[in-house]
Amino acid sequence: MTTAEQHKSTGIGKDLTVYVCLLALAGLQFVIAYQKIDASQMFTRMLAVAIVEAGLAMLFFMHLWSEKRTFLWFVVIFTVSVLLGMQYGWTDSFRMVTGAPFSR
Amino acid sequence: MWLFIIADTMTFAACLVAYGFLRNGTPNWPRPFHGVTNVALMTFILLTSSLTMLIGLRSARAGDKAGAFRWTMITAVLGIGFALLHVREWLGLIDEGMTMFKNPWGTGLFGASFFSITGLHLTHVTCGVIALIVVGVRYKGGRYNADDIEILGLYWHFVDLVWMFVVPLVYLLNLAH
Repeated sequence: MTTAEQHKSTGIGKDLTVYVCLLALAGLQFVIAYQKIDASQMFTRMLAVAIVEAGLAMLFFMHLWSEKRTFLWFVVIFTVSVLLGMQYGWTDSFRMVTGAPFSR
Repeated sequence: MWLFIIADTMTFAACLVAYGFLRNGTPNWPRPFHGVTNVALMTFILLTSSLTMLIGLRSARAGDKAGAFRWTMITAVLGIGFALLHVREWLGLIDEGMTMFKNPWGTGLFGASFFSITGLHLTHVTCGVIALIVVGVRYKGGRYNADDIEILGLYWHFVDLVWMFVVPLVYLLNLAH
């Protein structure tokens, strides 16, 4: 891990900018929640905003951007791969609502 | 800390995927939330606590012990505020008849998944607050240094990051329209 001393000394302006962006994105999620759209569209939009928020928080608040590039790519590729791997069962949740054919 | 964060990401992701599976596969899923004031305030407090954590780390790097301690304690206070709002919300839902196994609005799975996910997050916040106080005090006493504040900051930002997914999936998608 990069030590605290190794980090570049930057002003608080960048932190404040990221903070304001995160607040705005969080606010956007609340706006989406009151849109007259169906649940799947709402889910997609909110998840997209949440992923952008998480990316900003990881890169700048958690200083992943200042780490070595190999470490950054390790974290991103490993985490995204496992998260994608967890999605294998979704089709079954549709079967539970719509019934067969998958179970027959 | 990064290994812990990656492992914990999988824990929360597994909980949220299981929740999504249940929500998608259950026809009478409840939508009990009538307003967003409380959850919006909780989100604001948690995001702000991440900023105060960063300011604390910046002070620690600059060798400003008093400043680092002060901002770390402010972060802890914000964390306590978040936890209290969370508990208040839980008590409100319990008052309305919601438990882990049943609720007046639909499938009992809602209570189980809601309390599990938000409870896991609240546990992380509570542990984080305790760690903030312990690390802050020890940093002030000279036993810990700026690296310890940074490592704790990573954890605190992670707790904030998880909340960014819990809010839309568990709260906003279950708003009563």
